[in-house]
Amino acid sequence: MKITLKIWRQKNNTSKGAFKVYQHEHVSEDMSFLEMLDVLNNELVVKGEEPVAFDHDCREGICGMCSLYINGRPHGPQQTTTCQLHMRTFKDGETIVVEPWRAKAFPVVKDLVVDRTAFDRIQQAGGYVSVNTGGVPDGNAIPIPKKVADEAMDAAQCIGCGACVAACKNASAMLFTSAKISQLALLPQGQAERKERAEKMVAQMDAEGFGACTNTGACEAECPKGISLTNIARMNREYFMATLTSYEVQAKGDGA
Amino acid sequence: MKLESKAPQGPLGEKWTKHKFNVKLVNPANKRKYDVIVVGTGLAGASAAASLGELGYNVKAFCFQDSPRRAHSIAAQGGINAAKNYQNDGDSVYRLFYDTIKGGDYRAREANVHRLAEVSVNIIDQCVAQGVPFAREYGGTLANRSFGGAQVSRTFYARGQTGQQLLLGAYSALNRQIANGKVKMYTRSEMLDVVLVDGKARGIVVRNLITGKIESHSAHAVLLCTGGYGNVFFLSTNAKGSNVTAAWRAHKKGAFFGNPCYTQIHPTCIPVTGDHQSKLTLMSESLRNDGRVWVPKVAKPGLRAKDAASIAEDDRDYFLERKYPSFGNLVPRDVASRNAKYMCDEGRGVGQTGRAVFLDFADAIKRDGRNVIEAKYGNLFDMYKQITGDNPYEMPMMIYPAVHYTMGGLWVDYNLMTTVPGLYALGEANFSDHGANRLGASALMQGLADGYFVIPYTVGDYLAGMKAGEKISTDLPEFKEAEKQVNERIARLLSIKGKKTVDHLHRDLGHIMWEYCGMSRTDAGLRKAKGLIQDLKKEFWSNVNVLGGSSELNQELEKAMRVADFIELGELMVDDALNRTESCGGHFREESSTPDGEAQRKDDEFMYVAAWQYTGEDQPEVLHKEELIYETVKPTQRSYK
Ligand SMILES: Cc1cc2nc3c(=O)[nH]c(=O)nc-3n(C[C@H](O)[C@H](O)[C@H](O)COP(=O)(O)OP(=O)(O)OC[C@H]3O[C@@H](n4cnc5c(N)ncnc54)[C@H](O)[C@@H]3O)c2cc1C
Ligand code: SF4
Ligand code: FES
Repeated sequence: MKITLKIWRQKNNTSKGAFKVYQHEHVSEDMSFLEMLDVLNNELVVKGEEPVAFDHDCREGICGMCSLYINGRPHGPQQTTTCQLHMRTFKDGETIVVEPWRAKAFPVVKDLVVDRTAFDRIQQAGGYVSVNTGGVPDGNAIPIPKKVADEAMDAAQCIGCGACVAACKNASAMLFTSAKISQLALLPQGQAERKERAEKMVAQMDAEGFGACTNTGACEAECPKGISLTNIARMNREYFMATLTSYEVQAKGDGA
Repeated sequence: MKLESKAPQGPLGEKWTKHKFNVKLVNPANKRKYDVIVVGTGLAGASAAASLGELGYNVKAFCFQDSPRRAHSIAAQGGINAAKNYQNDGDSVYRLFYDTIKGGDYRAREANVHRLAEVSVNIIDQCVAQGVPFAREYGGTLANRSFGGAQVSRTFYARGQTGQQLLLGAYSALNRQIANGKVKMYTRSEMLDVVLVDGKARGIVVRNLITGKIESHSAHAVLLCTGGYGNVFFLSTNAKGSNVTAAWRAHKKGAFFGNPCYTQIHPTCIPVTGDHQSKLTLMSESLRNDGRVWVPKVAKPGLRAKDAASIAEDDRDYFLERKYPSFGNLVPRDVASRNAKYMCDEGRGVGQTGRAVFLDFADAIKRDGRNVIEAKYGNLFDMYKQITGDNPYEMPMMIYPAVHYTMGGLWVDYNLMTTVPGLYALGEANFSDHGANRLGASALMQGLADGYFVIPYTVGDYLAGMKAGEKISTDLPEFKEAEKQVNERIARLLSIKGKKTVDHLHRDLGHIMWEYCGMSRTDAGLRKAKGLIQDLKKEFWSNVNVLGGSSELNQELEKAMRVADFIELGELMVDDALNRTESCGGHFREESSTPDGEAQRKDDEFMYVAAWQYTGEDQPEVLHKEELIYETVKPTQRSYK
């Protein structure tokens, strides 16, 4: 196959970027999208041109490190991660436009690499159960109905890639944040900190500069792991309930 | 130097309990006066950093990805073992211990393995408490499955994403400590050297991968949790960034490297399709429970999966079932892998390249119905189709062995300390618990055992012997010298401006390792490989082309530094494989086989851990032996006939 690539090149966070066009003559349909870029990069190095920087690690669709906005869609035309996308999805002679994730909260680091540490900070705000190592009950002492465990697992499958943010016209991180809030709200282990967690994670999400949710559903449509919009509904409920009985509100009410 | 395992005396089942009582403790109020560096945030590193932070130590944690959640552990699919015996099917701590020792072909330390089996039960409890959504039965109890041919069902799992869920559990515990200010996290940071002061590990040198800045960090102890080195083969199931650099730098600073030649090759991976291939994808071992492995009896070059049905039943060779009637398709990983290779070497391999065998589900689908097979393996079938374009419900899969795990690693004593005082190695980065071959679902167990339940005790024992608050400055000459060397190395790499790309040279190394130090090894082949690697090293340092600068994100430079270390490690693996003229576990020396071609151990000569000491650039490494003493188990020759 032969393809034309229009790739976003940007030296660093402070410089202005631009598209650059590359003719790629050596594409096989068995290649993954990232392997196609590897081949391009090796050819660039041989020609003395700097290769294109992009994030990736597992190349199995699970680490969430790969990104790329391909022909106007995060992770390209299929509902998989970019590393699992294969060139047989494209037509010989096609032009493919490759950009980084675009969102205020995900600044570009270089070329196609962006900074997604805002996601980590949302998790640090409350995406955990406060238990120390040791001193926990036997695993079977906390029975969990299969249905509940399965539902929690559906939410827990989020890989933190950020496609939901990239897909959203408001660059909202609701799908990502709600996945963790849902997982822990569903499980008995998460009950003790349920309200506090919802409040803190939502507050951090807002502080990072992610946009609001206007229910377009673009995130769900592009999420490679099938994280469902019902999680956002659940998060909204959790958040609403939490603010009603917020620790802060109570503290004020008590006059303390 | 005599290697001391420091395994406690006394009955096997009491060693760890006694040891925990005997270790020195750091007074709770003093813990905050000690700094601990944790390199790596996979299962081993994240669990260690979180647990030490909870205890009150000041932890600095490092990883090269943009988030600790992305460590290679995330990719583990199958499950994690634990001796819970929830199924009442005869499992016990002793049985898990015994299976691990036997599976490791009697090349692991008894005391360590028993401890691993003991704490396995605590791991499951810990993960459940964190909210890890393990699979459940309808009654709400935890579900188990049998894995890798084990006789009991002791494997816990979360769909096909067990590693992901366990890592996210450890990551959540880590996040809590980051929020509490007890752990400071450095992402996109690559450790490039360990710094010794007065013979003790007192810090590291790292490169900030975004700015390129070289920085030092000091501490009272350094924990390397940096994973395995399977990428020395270029193609493996490991994540692209997995590397040996941290361990190798430590090795050059005095940490002995244990059993480097022990590599695990996984039989069921998606075959290579061409030179563009960048990594290999594992298809879970569980597929061998229902899939039948075969090749045509007579060579059919280029046979495609969609034409497999044209081969009549009588013309197929179900070679595993034929050669190993009692275990059939469920023989251990090394046996299944080697036999696939033999079929392809005979010219009976299938597919475009001839380096593949069929894994056929037609009989299983006929027997159980498509729905049952889909329920069990649906996600794997989809993944296979996504990658290859073939539909495994309609035609057999094609599979071929691939490098998967490295049992070798930094030598550590019972406390997980390397031969450098204050320098520890945890998880896949150490050599410890799996002997010459690892059982399925035991790597996750080991990583978490080391991080949650072993290191919090053993590092305390070491720190208690140091003066509290005795902090040191990174302005010391030892740090400056290490930084200088790192900077010089980078400058040198950038100045070569040769003709070959880093990937190209890495691929060359991979070909050498796979051909001569892979599934099957011979004296002549290994000697040849040694020469080829030495030549490759020269070529690398004179002909590699690394573009870009040092003070920016430079992924080519990152790769180049890793490949330079892989080349040196490759040579040591070959030395180790040459030295070990027996076959054991994943290490198969053709010269040491039974008349019918099965592996032949030589217990009287090789019942030891080979621990290699670095002596200088291009100098031969010195072999030290830790004799393995079996007090409890009586070694027998494995047989799967
Ligand atoms: C596809 C696949 C499936 C598997 N399935 C299973 C399974 O089902 N069950 C099982 O038990 N095992 C399985 N394994 C094995 C298991 O996943 C690994 O052995 C284990 O996760 C290793 O964990 P770790 O914490 O030691 O290292 P890793 O998870 O590899 O983490 C290494 C860490 O070190 C960091 N690091 C490395 N080098 C540096 C450096 N120089 N500077 C800074 N940071 C560095 C990385 O950033 C990372 O955080 C599987 C492996 C693969 C490849
Ligand atoms: S919700 Fe989906 S798209 Fe968003 S980060 Fe998680 S996996 Fe990626
Ligand atoms: S590289 Fe890991 S999800 Fe794509």
